[in-house]
Amino acid sequence: MDKPGKLIPVPTAETAEFWAGCRQGELRLQLCAACNKYQFPPQSFCRHCSSAELSWVAASGQGRVLSCTVVHWSPNPAYAAEVPYSLALIELDEGPRMLTNIVGVPPSEVRTGMQVAVVFEQCSPEITLPKFKPR
Amino acid sequence: MSRYRLRGCAAIVGAADTRVGVVPEFTSAQLQTQAARLAMADAGIGKEQIDGLITCNASVERGPLKTFHAEMVAELLGIAPRFCLTGAVGGALPVLMIEHAAAAIAAGLCHTVLLISADNLLSGAKRRVPMPEPWDDPQFEEPYGPTTPAMYALIARAHMDAYGTTSEQFAAVAVACRKHAAMTPGAHKRTPITIADVLNSRMIADPLHLLDCSLVSDGGAAIVITSAERARDFSKTPVYFLGAGEAHPYLSLLHAQSLTVSGAVESGRQAYAAAGVRAQDIDVAFVYDAFTPMAIIYLEDLGFCPKGEGGRFVQGGNIELGGALPINTHGGLLSYCHAGLANSIFHITEAVRQLRGECGARQVAGARLAIIHGQGGRASTHGTAILGTQETL
Repeated sequence: MDKPGKLIPVPTAETAEFWAGCRQGELRLQLCAACNKYQFPPQSFCRHCSSAELSWVAASGQGRVLSCTVVHWSPNPAYAAEVPYSLALIELDEGPRMLTNIVGVPPSEVRTGMQVAVVFEQCSPEITLPKFKPR
Repeated sequence: MSRYRLRGCAAIVGAADTRVGVVPEFTSAQLQTQAARLAMADAGIGKEQIDGLITCNASVERGPLKTFHAEMVAELLGIAPRFCLTGAVGGALPVLMIEHAAAAIAAGLCHTVLLISADNLLSGAKRRVPMPEPWDDPQFEEPYGPTTPAMYALIARAHMDAYGTTSEQFAAVAVACRKHAAMTPGAHKRTPITIADVLNSRMIADPLHLLDCSLVSDGGAAIVITSAERARDFSKTPVYFLGAGEAHPYLSLLHAQSLTVSGAVESGRQAYAAAGVRAQDIDVAFVYDAFTPMAIIYLEDLGFCPKGEGGRFVQGGNIELGGALPINTHGGLLSYCHAGLANSIFHITEAVRQLRGECGARQVAGARLAIIHGQGGRASTHGTAILGTQETL
Protein backbone atom coordinates (compact mmCIF):
# COMPACT_ATOMS: atom_id res chain seq x y z
CA MET A 1 0.00 0.00 0.00
CA ASP A 2 1.56 3.27 -1.08
CA LYS A 3 -1.02 5.43 0.71
CA PRO A 4 -2.21 3.39 3.67
CA GLY A 5 -5.57 4.38 5.05
CA LYS A 6 -6.99 3.43 8.41
CA LEU A 7 -6.72 -0.25 9.18
CA ILE A 8 -10.11 -1.93 8.95
CA PRO A 9 -10.38 -5.34 10.65
CA VAL A 10 -10.94 -8.37 8.44
CA PRO A 11 -12.91 -10.95 10.49
CA THR A 12 -11.76 -14.56 10.60
CA ALA A 13 -13.68 -17.71 11.55
CA GLU A 14 -12.54 -17.21 15.15
CA THR A 15 -13.54 -13.55 15.34
CA ALA A 16 -16.64 -13.29 13.14
CA GLU A 17 -19.02 -13.60 16.10
CA PHE A 18 -17.28 -10.72 17.88
CA TRP A 19 -17.68 -8.44 14.86
CA ALA A 20 -21.28 -9.59 14.31
CA GLY A 21 -21.98 -8.51 17.90
CA CYS A 22 -20.42 -5.10 17.33
CA ARG A 23 -22.64 -4.56 14.27
CA GLN A 24 -25.62 -5.20 16.53
CA GLY A 25 -24.35 -2.89 19.28
CA GLU A 26 -23.27 -5.68 21.61
CA LEU A 27 -19.76 -6.34 22.96
CA ARG A 28 -19.33 -10.12 22.97
CA LEU A 29 -16.68 -12.13 24.79
CA GLN A 30 -15.93 -15.83 24.91
CA LEU A 31 -16.63 -17.59 28.22
CA CYS A 32 -14.91 -20.87 29.03
CA ALA A 33 -17.22 -23.50 30.55
CA ALA A 34 -14.24 -25.40 31.98
CA CYS A 35 -12.49 -22.62 33.92
CA ASN A 36 -15.19 -19.92 33.89
CA LYS A 37 -12.82 -17.25 32.55
CA TYR A 38 -13.68 -14.69 29.90
CA GLN A 39 -11.46 -14.48 26.85
CA PHE A 40 -10.49 -11.70 24.43
CA PRO A 41 -9.26 -11.58 21.73
CA PRO A 42 -11.26 -14.59 20.58
CA GLN A 43 -9.63 -17.86 19.57
CA SER A 44 -10.73 -21.47 19.12
CA PHE A 45 -9.71 -22.68 22.59
CA CYS A 46 -9.21 -21.19 26.04
CA ARG A 47 -5.71 -19.81 26.54
CA HIS A 48 -6.09 -20.18 30.30
CA CYS A 49 -6.93 -23.89 30.47
CA SER A 50 -6.81 -25.12 26.84
CA SER A 51 -10.46 -26.23 26.88
CA ALA A 52 -12.44 -25.83 23.68
CA GLU A 53 -15.75 -25.45 25.60
CA LEU A 54 -16.22 -21.80 24.76
CA SER A 55 -19.47 -19.94 24.38
CA TRP A 56 -20.21 -16.36 23.34
CA VAL A 57 -21.77 -14.06 25.90
CA ALA A 58 -22.74 -10.40 25.93
CA ALA A 59 -20.31 -8.44 28.08
CA SER A 60 -21.28 -5.53 30.33
CA GLY A 61 -19.43 -3.17 28.01
CA GLN A 62 -17.94 -1.49 31.07
CA GLY A 63 -14.39 -1.24 32.26
CA ARG A 64 -11.66 1.06 33.52
CA VAL A 65 -8.59 2.69 31.99
CA LEU A 66 -5.36 0.87 32.90
CA SER A 67 -3.13 3.34 31.06
CA CYS A 68 -3.54 6.00 28.44
CA THR A 69 -1.64 8.24 26.07
CA VAL A 70 -2.36 11.09 23.71
CA VAL A 71 -0.97 10.33 20.27
CA HIS A 72 0.58 13.41 18.64
CA TRP A 73 2.39 11.69 15.75
CA SER A 74 1.71 8.77 13.44
CA PRO A 75 3.64 7.52 10.39
CA ASN A 76 0.28 6.65 8.83
CA PRO A 77 -1.28 9.74 7.19
CA ALA A 78 -4.82 8.53 7.91
CA TYR A 79 -4.14 8.56 11.65
CA ALA A 80 -1.80 11.57 11.52
CA ALA A 81 -4.77 13.57 10.19
CA GLU A 82 -6.60 12.95 13.48
CA VAL A 83 -3.91 13.79 16.06
CA PRO A 84 -4.10 14.43 18.92
CA TYR A 85 -6.18 11.35 19.74
CA SER A 86 -6.51 9.15 22.79
CA LEU A 87 -5.14 5.61 22.88
CA ALA A 88 -5.85 3.58 25.99
CA LEU A 89 -5.48 0.13 27.41
CA ILE A 90 -8.62 -0.75 29.32
CA GLU A 91 -9.65 -3.67 31.53
CA LEU A 92 -13.21 -4.83 31.07
CA ASP A 93 -15.21 -5.63 34.20
CA GLU A 94 -15.11 -9.27 33.04
CA GLY A 95 -11.29 -9.27 33.09
CA PRO A 96 -10.00 -9.19 29.50
CA ARG A 97 -8.17 -6.13 28.26
CA MET A 98 -8.73 -4.11 25.10
CA LEU A 99 -6.75 -1.47 23.30
CA THR A 100 -9.09 1.32 22.28
CA ASN A 101 -9.66 5.01 21.74
CA ILE A 102 -11.41 6.95 24.49
CA VAL A 103 -13.93 9.27 22.83
CA GLY A 104 -16.44 11.85 24.00
CA VAL A 105 -13.86 13.69 26.10
CA PRO A 106 -10.76 15.73 25.16
CA PRO A 107 -7.83 13.25 24.92
CA SER A 108 -5.83 15.22 27.50
CA GLU A 109 -8.58 14.62 30.08
CA VAL A 110 -8.40 10.82 29.96
CA ARG A 111 -6.91 9.42 33.16
CA THR A 112 -5.79 6.07 34.51
CA GLY A 113 -8.60 4.54 36.56
CA MET A 114 -11.32 6.36 34.60
CA GLN A 115 -14.54 4.28 34.39
CA VAL A 116 -15.57 3.79 30.78
CA ALA A 117 -18.40 2.25 28.76
CA VAL A 118 -18.46 0.93 25.21
CA VAL A 119 -19.75 2.95 22.26
CA PHE A 120 -19.87 1.69 18.72
CA GLU A 121 -18.50 3.52 15.70
CA GLN A 122 -19.23 2.24 12.21
CA CYS A 123 -16.11 2.38 10.05
CA SER A 124 -17.24 0.33 7.02
CA PRO A 125 -20.45 -1.42 5.93
CA GLU A 126 -19.17 -4.64 7.55
CA ILE A 127 -17.18 -3.34 10.51
CA THR A 128 -18.29 -1.43 13.56
CA LEU A 129 -15.46 -0.65 15.99
CA PRO A 130 -15.96 -0.71 19.75
CA LYS A 131 -14.58 2.41 21.40
CA PHE A 132 -15.08 3.69 24.93
CA LYS A 133 -16.29 6.88 26.61
CA PRO A 134 -16.28 7.98 30.25
CA ARG A 135 -19.32 6.82 32.22
CA MET B 1 15.86 -25.25 35.63
CA SER B 2 18.42 -27.86 34.72
CA ARG B 3 22.08 -27.25 35.45
CA TYR B 4 23.55 -24.46 33.30
CA ARG B 5 26.54 -25.70 31.36
CA LEU B 6 27.54 -22.72 29.22
CA ARG B 7 29.37 -20.50 31.72
CA GLY B 8 32.73 -19.58 30.23
CA CYS B 9 32.44 -22.08 27.37
CA ALA B 10 32.74 -19.44 24.66
CA ALA B 11 34.29 -16.04 24.12
CA ILE B 12 33.86 -13.07 21.83
CA VAL B 13 37.09 -12.64 19.88
CA GLY B 14 35.99 -10.13 17.24
CA ALA B 15 33.61 -7.18 17.33
CA ALA B 16 33.00 -4.26 15.00
CA ASP B 17 30.40 -1.70 13.97
CA THR B 18 29.86 -0.34 10.49
CA ARG B 19 29.57 3.39 10.01
CA VAL B 20 26.28 4.27 11.73
CA GLY B 21 23.77 7.08 11.53
CA VAL B 22 22.92 8.24 8.02
CA VAL B 23 24.27 5.62 5.60
CA PRO B 24 22.00 5.85 2.57
CA GLU B 25 24.39 4.25 0.08
CA PHE B 26 24.07 0.71 1.41
CA THR B 27 21.24 -1.81 1.63
CA SER B 28 20.72 -3.64 4.91
CA ALA B 29 22.34 -6.72 3.33
CA GLN B 30 25.42 -4.71 2.41
CA LEU B 31 25.59 -3.38 5.96
CA GLN B 32 25.38 -6.98 7.23
CA THR B 33 28.32 -8.12 5.11
CA GLN B 34 30.36 -5.02 5.92
CA ALA B 35 29.84 -5.65 9.61
CA ALA B 36 30.90 -9.27 9.09
CA ARG B 37 34.11 -8.35 7.28
CA LEU B 38 35.01 -5.77 9.93
CA ALA B 39 34.38 -8.24 12.77
CA MET B 40 36.45 -10.96 11.07
CA ALA B 41 39.26 -8.45 10.52
CA ASP B 42 39.05 -7.45 14.19
CA ALA B 43 39.34 -11.14 15.11
CA GLY B 44 42.20 -11.56 12.67
CA ILE B 45 40.59 -14.47 10.84
CA GLY B 46 39.41 -15.25 7.34
CA LYS B 47 35.97 -16.42 6.36
CA GLU B 48 37.20 -20.02 6.02
CA GLN B 49 37.33 -20.21 9.80
CA ILE B 50 33.63 -19.40 10.18
CA ASP B 51 31.41 -22.51 10.39
CA GLY B 52 28.44 -20.96 12.14
CA LEU B 53 26.33 -17.97 11.07
CA ILE B 54 23.52 -16.27 12.92
CA THR B 55 21.87 -13.23 11.40
CA CYS B 56 19.19 -10.97 12.74
CA ASN B 57 16.58 -10.17 10.13
CA ALA B 58 16.12 -6.57 9.10
CA SER B 59 12.89 -4.60 9.41
CA VAL B 60 13.18 -3.39 5.84
CA GLU B 61 13.52 -6.85 4.25
CA ARG B 62 10.54 -8.55 2.65
CA GLY B 63 9.71 -11.99 1.28
CA PRO B 64 12.57 -14.48 0.79
CA LEU B 65 15.16 -12.02 2.10
CA LYS B 66 13.35 -12.11 5.42
CA THR B 67 12.78 -15.87 5.52
CA PHE B 68 16.16 -16.96 4.17
CA HIS B 69 18.06 -14.07 5.66
CA ALA B 70 21.08 -15.98 6.99
CA GLU B 71 21.38 -17.94 3.75
CA MET B 72 21.36 -14.69 1.78
CA VAL B 73 24.12 -13.24 3.95
CA ALA B 74 26.15 -16.49 3.76
CA GLU B 75 25.92 -16.35 -0.01
CA LEU B 76 27.08 -12.73 -0.10
CA LEU B 77 29.99 -13.59 2.21
CA GLY B 78 30.88 -16.63 0.12
CA ILE B 79 30.57 -19.12 2.95
CA ALA B 80 28.55 -22.33 3.44
CA PRO B 81 28.21 -22.63 7.22
CA ARG B 82 27.40 -25.93 8.98
CA PHE B 83 25.16 -23.97 11.40
CA CYS B 84 23.05 -21.25 9.76
CA LEU B 85 20.22 -19.51 11.59
CA THR B 86 18.03 -16.47 11.00
CA GLY B 87 16.62 -15.04 14.18
CA ALA B 88 13.60 -12.82 14.60
CA VAL B 89 12.60 -11.50 18.00
CA GLY B 90 13.32 -7.86 17.36
CA GLY B 91 15.67 -5.98 19.64
CA ALA B 92 16.26 -8.83 22.07
CA LEU B 93 17.73 -10.99 19.36
CA PRO B 94 21.49 -10.34 19.39
CA VAL B 95 21.60 -10.75 23.17
CA LEU B 96 19.67 -14.04 22.99
CA MET B 97 21.81 -15.23 20.12
CA ILE B 98 25.10 -14.96 22.04
CA GLU B 99 23.79 -17.80 24.18
CA HIS B 100 22.53 -19.76 21.18
CA ALA B 101 25.98 -19.41 19.59
CA ALA B 102 27.64 -20.55 22.82
CA ALA B 103 25.25 -23.52 23.01
CA ALA B 104 25.94 -24.51 19.40
CA ILE B 105 29.67 -24.34 20.06
CA ALA B 106 29.41 -26.29 23.32
CA ALA B 107 27.27 -28.93 21.60
CA GLY B 108 29.83 -29.38 18.84
CA LEU B 109 27.60 -28.10 16.04
CA CYS B 110 30.29 -25.60 15.03
CA HIS B 111 33.38 -23.98 16.53
CA THR B 112 33.28 -20.34 15.42
CA VAL B 113 30.10 -18.32 14.94
CA LEU B 114 29.65 -15.03 13.17
CA LEU B 115 26.69 -13.14 14.68
CA ILE B 116 25.55 -10.20 12.57
CA SER B 117 22.85 -7.60 12.84
CA ALA B 118 22.28 -4.64 10.55
CA ASP B 119 19.28 -2.67 9.44
CA ASN B 120 18.53 0.67 7.86
CA LEU B 121 15.24 1.95 9.14
CA LEU B 122 16.27 5.46 8.08
CA SER B 123 17.31 4.96 4.46
CA GLY B 124 16.10 1.45 3.66
CA ALA B 125 12.54 2.15 4.61
CA LYS B 126 12.46 5.05 2.17
CA ARG B 127 13.95 2.89 -0.55
CA ARG B 128 12.00 -0.32 -0.10
CA VAL B 129 8.68 0.38 1.55
CA PRO B 130 6.68 3.50 2.29
CA MET B 131 6.48 2.81 6.01
CA PRO B 132 7.22 0.02 8.46
CA GLU B 133 4.81 -2.90 8.40
CA PRO B 134 2.10 -2.67 11.06
CA TRP B 135 3.29 -4.45 14.21
CA ASP B 136 0.21 -4.79 16.28
CA ASP B 137 -2.85 -7.02 16.06
CA PRO B 138 -4.61 -6.25 12.74
CA GLN B 139 -8.12 -6.66 14.16
CA PHE B 140 -7.88 -5.59 17.78
CA GLU B 141 -5.03 -3.10 17.97
CA GLU B 142 -4.12 -1.55 14.61
CA PRO B 143 -7.57 0.00 13.92
CA TYR B 144 -7.09 2.32 16.91
CA GLY B 145 -3.92 3.90 15.52
CA PRO B 146 -1.25 2.57 17.90
CA THR B 147 2.23 3.83 17.05
CA THR B 148 5.35 2.28 18.52
CA PRO B 149 5.97 5.34 20.74
CA ALA B 150 2.29 5.28 21.83
CA MET B 151 2.50 1.67 22.97
CA TYR B 152 5.57 2.50 25.07
CA ALA B 153 3.83 5.66 26.29
CA LEU B 154 1.22 3.36 27.88
CA ILE B 155 4.05 1.68 29.80
CA ALA B 156 5.62 5.05 30.68
CA ARG B 157 2.31 6.47 31.96
CA ALA B 158 1.69 3.34 34.05
CA HIS B 159 5.12 3.75 35.67
CA MET B 160 4.41 7.41 36.42
CA ASP B 161 1.02 6.54 37.92
CA ALA B 162 2.39 3.68 40.03
CA TYR B 163 5.62 5.23 41.30
CA GLY B 164 5.47 8.97 40.72
CA THR B 165 8.21 8.83 38.09
CA THR B 166 8.57 12.19 36.33
CA SER B 167 9.31 13.47 32.84
CA GLU B 168 12.50 15.03 34.23
CA GLN B 169 13.63 11.58 35.32
CA PHE B 170 12.89 10.12 31.87
CA ALA B 171 14.88 13.00 30.38
CA ALA B 172 17.91 12.18 32.55
CA VAL B 173 18.33 8.96 30.57
CA ALA B 174 18.38 10.84 27.25
CA VAL B 175 20.86 13.36 28.63
CA ALA B 176 23.20 10.59 29.86
CA CYS B 177 23.09 8.74 26.56
CA ARG B 178 23.77 11.93 24.59
CA LYS B 179 26.68 12.78 26.88
CA HIS B 180 28.17 9.36 26.15
CA ALA B 181 27.52 9.62 22.40
CA ALA B 182 29.36 12.94 22.39
CA MET B 183 32.42 10.95 23.50
CA THR B 184 31.88 8.24 20.86
CA PRO B 185 33.36 8.88 17.42
CA GLY B 186 30.80 8.21 14.69
CA ALA B 187 27.71 8.22 16.92
CA HIS B 188 24.57 9.37 15.09
CA LYS B 189 23.75 12.29 17.44
CA ARG B 190 26.60 13.90 19.39
CA THR B 191 25.41 17.41 20.27
CA PRO B 192 24.93 17.57 24.06
CA ILE B 193 21.36 18.10 25.33
CA THR B 194 19.86 19.21 28.62
CA ILE B 195 16.83 18.09 30.61
CA ALA B 196 15.06 21.22 29.35
CA ASP B 197 15.87 20.31 25.74
CA VAL B 198 14.13 16.95 26.22
CA LEU B 199 11.11 18.48 27.94
CA ASN B 200 10.83 21.17 25.27
CA SER B 201 11.08 18.77 22.33
CA ARG B 202 7.77 18.11 20.65
CA MET B 203 5.37 15.61 22.15
CA ILE B 204 5.21 12.32 20.19
CA ALA B 205 2.93 10.27 22.44
CA ASP B 206 2.27 11.75 25.87
CA PRO B 207 4.38 11.53 28.08
CA LEU B 208 7.10 10.75 25.51
CA HIS B 209 8.78 13.72 23.86
CA LEU B 210 10.83 13.41 20.68
CA LEU B 211 14.07 13.20 22.67
CA ASP B 212 12.64 10.41 24.85
CA CYS B 213 12.45 8.28 21.69
CA SER B 214 15.27 6.34 20.05
CA LEU B 215 16.76 7.58 16.81
CA VAL B 216 15.92 6.34 13.33
CA SER B 217 19.28 5.35 11.84
CA ASP B 218 21.20 3.05 9.54
CA GLY B 219 23.97 0.73 10.68
CA GLY B 220 25.13 -2.70 11.66
CA ALA B 221 27.59 -4.60 13.77
CA ALA B 222 28.90 -8.13 14.14
CA ILE B 223 30.77 -10.28 16.62
CA VAL B 224 32.84 -13.46 16.28
CA ILE B 225 32.25 -16.07 18.99
CA THR B 226 34.43 -19.13 19.42
CA SER B 227 35.14 -21.77 22.04
CA ALA B 228 37.02 -20.63 25.13
CA GLU B 229 39.75 -23.08 24.16
CA ARG B 230 40.24 -21.59 20.69
CA ALA B 231 39.85 -18.04 22.02
CA ARG B 232 43.33 -18.16 23.54
CA ASP B 233 44.84 -18.27 20.03
CA PHE B 234 43.24 -15.01 18.86
CA SER B 235 45.06 -11.70 18.86
CA LYS B 236 42.39 -9.71 20.72
CA THR B 237 41.76 -10.17 24.44
CA PRO B 238 38.85 -12.62 24.68
CA VAL B 239 35.63 -11.44 26.31
CA TYR B 240 33.97 -14.43 27.94
CA PHE B 241 30.33 -15.44 27.85
CA LEU B 242 29.36 -16.06 31.47
CA GLY B 243 25.63 -16.62 31.24
CA ALA B 244 22.31 -15.46 29.88
CA GLY B 245 18.60 -15.65 30.39
CA GLU B 246 15.50 -15.09 28.34
CA ALA B 247 11.82 -14.42 28.92
CA HIS B 248 8.89 -14.31 26.55
CA PRO B 249 5.90 -13.49 28.75
CA TYR B 250 3.62 -12.04 26.04
CA LEU B 251 3.58 -10.42 22.62
CA SER B 252 0.67 -7.97 22.81
CA LEU B 253 0.21 -5.55 25.70
CA LEU B 254 -3.32 -7.04 25.98
CA HIS B 255 -1.67 -10.05 27.59
CA ALA B 256 0.93 -8.29 29.74
CA GLN B 257 0.59 -9.33 33.38
CA SER B 258 2.04 -5.96 34.33
CA LEU B 259 2.88 -2.79 32.45
CA THR B 260 5.57 -1.78 34.91
CA VAL B 261 7.31 -5.05 35.80
CA SER B 262 8.94 -6.55 32.73
CA GLY B 263 10.29 -9.92 31.63
CA ALA B 264 13.73 -8.54 32.53
CA VAL B 265 13.07 -9.73 36.08
CA GLU B 266 13.03 -13.32 34.86
CA SER B 267 15.72 -13.05 32.17
CA GLY B 268 17.95 -11.19 34.62
CA ARG B 269 17.39 -13.76 37.37
CA GLN B 270 18.43 -16.53 34.98
CA ALA B 271 21.47 -14.61 33.75
CA TYR B 272 22.76 -13.79 37.24
CA ALA B 273 22.29 -17.43 38.32
CA ALA B 274 24.04 -18.72 35.20
CA ALA B 275 26.97 -16.34 35.57
CA GLY B 276 27.18 -16.68 39.35
CA VAL B 277 27.23 -12.94 39.90
CA ARG B 278 24.92 -10.33 41.43
CA ALA B 279 23.77 -6.91 40.28
CA GLN B 280 26.20 -5.19 42.66
CA ASP B 281 29.11 -6.97 40.92
CA ILE B 282 28.35 -5.37 37.53
CA ASP B 283 30.73 -2.61 36.37
CA VAL B 284 28.86 -1.34 33.29
CA ALA B 285 25.29 -1.95 32.11
CA PHE B 286 23.75 -1.87 28.65
CA VAL B 287 19.99 -1.61 28.71
CA TYR B 288 17.63 -1.38 25.77
CA ASP B 289 16.82 2.33 25.67
CA ALA B 290 14.29 2.38 22.83
CA PHE B 291 12.40 4.91 24.97
CA THR B 292 13.79 6.60 28.08
CA PRO B 293 11.33 5.01 30.57
CA MET B 294 12.41 1.55 29.45
CA ALA B 295 15.98 2.09 30.65
CA ILE B 296 14.53 3.01 34.04
CA ILE B 297 12.32 -0.09 34.14
CA TYR B 298 15.17 -2.40 33.12
CA LEU B 299 17.54 -0.96 35.71
CA GLU B 300 14.88 -1.72 38.33
CA ASP B 301 14.05 -5.15 36.99
CA LEU B 302 17.72 -6.16 36.71
CA GLY B 303 18.12 -5.37 40.40
CA PHE B 304 20.17 -2.17 40.32
CA CYS B 305 17.59 -0.38 42.46
CA PRO B 306 14.30 -1.30 44.15
CA LYS B 307 11.15 -1.38 42.00
CA GLY B 308 9.76 2.10 41.54
CA GLU B 309 12.99 3.91 42.43
CA GLY B 310 14.46 3.84 38.92
CA GLY B 311 13.46 7.45 38.31
CA ARG B 312 15.54 8.63 41.24
CA PHE B 313 18.34 6.16 40.35
CA VAL B 314 18.98 7.73 36.93
CA GLN B 315 19.22 11.29 38.27
CA GLY B 316 22.30 13.23 39.32
CA GLY B 317 24.71 11.59 36.92
CA ASN B 318 24.40 8.17 38.57
CA ILE B 319 24.15 6.38 35.20
CA GLU B 320 26.72 8.58 33.47
CA LEU B 321 30.42 7.86 33.10
CA GLY B 322 31.92 8.56 36.50
CA GLY B 323 28.61 7.68 38.21
CA ALA B 324 27.80 4.59 40.28
CA LEU B 325 26.59 2.55 37.28
CA PRO B 326 27.47 3.89 33.83
CA ILE B 327 24.98 2.69 31.21
CA ASN B 328 25.10 2.63 27.41
CA THR B 329 28.55 4.21 27.20
CA HIS B 330 28.34 4.47 23.39
CA GLY B 331 25.11 6.49 23.58
CA GLY B 332 22.60 3.68 23.14
CA LEU B 333 19.59 3.66 20.86
CA LEU B 334 18.80 7.19 21.98
CA SER B 335 22.00 8.73 20.58
CA TYR B 336 24.41 6.18 19.04
CA CYS B 337 22.25 4.22 16.57
CA HIS B 338 18.76 2.76 16.25
CA ALA B 339 18.68 1.04 12.90
CA GLY B 340 15.38 -0.86 13.14
CA LEU B 341 15.46 -4.38 14.51
CA ALA B 342 18.11 -6.07 16.60
CA ASN B 343 19.80 -2.93 17.93
CA SER B 344 21.21 -4.65 20.98
CA ILE B 345 24.15 -5.69 18.78
CA PHE B 346 25.58 -2.20 19.37
CA HIS B 347 25.23 -2.68 23.13
CA ILE B 348 27.20 -5.92 22.74
CA THR B 349 30.05 -4.49 20.68
CA GLU B 350 30.42 -1.58 23.11
CA ALA B 351 30.43 -4.04 26.05
CA VAL B 352 33.25 -5.91 24.30
CA ARG B 353 35.20 -2.68 23.83
CA GLN B 354 34.69 -1.78 27.49
CA LEU B 355 35.85 -5.20 28.72
CA ARG B 356 38.88 -5.03 26.42
CA GLY B 357 39.69 -1.58 27.79
CA GLU B 358 39.52 0.04 24.35
CA CYS B 359 37.14 2.92 25.10
CA GLY B 360 39.62 5.73 25.72
CA ALA B 361 37.99 8.77 27.31
CA ARG B 362 34.74 6.87 27.93
CA GLN B 363 36.43 3.80 29.41
CA VAL B 364 34.90 2.54 32.66
CA ALA B 365 38.03 2.07 34.75
CA GLY B 366 38.71 -1.56 35.57
CA ALA B 367 35.54 -2.86 33.88
CA ARG B 368 35.40 -6.64 34.41
CA LEU B 369 31.72 -7.51 34.23
CA ALA B 370 29.11 -6.16 31.81
CA ILE B 371 25.40 -6.90 31.63
CA ILE B 372 23.42 -6.42 28.44
CA HIS B 373 19.64 -6.39 28.28
CA GLY B 374 17.81 -6.49 24.96
CA GLN B 375 14.09 -6.49 24.36
CA GLY B 376 11.75 -6.81 21.42
CA GLY B 377 8.13 -6.16 20.51
CA ARG B 378 6.16 -4.09 23.01
CA ALA B 379 8.62 -4.79 25.86
CA SER B 380 7.46 -8.34 25.17
CA THR B 381 10.50 -10.51 24.66
CA HIS B 382 13.67 -10.28 26.73
CA GLY B 383 17.28 -11.40 26.65
CA THR B 384 19.92 -10.69 29.27
CA ALA B 385 23.58 -11.67 28.89
CA ILE B 386 26.56 -11.26 31.18
CA LEU B 387 30.06 -10.97 29.74
CA GLY B 388 33.32 -10.85 31.63
CA THR B 389 37.07 -10.59 31.38
CA GLN B 390 39.32 -13.62 31.89
CA GLU B 391 39.65 -12.87 35.60
CA THR B 392 35.89 -13.35 36.06
CA LEU B 393 35.96 -16.93 34.79
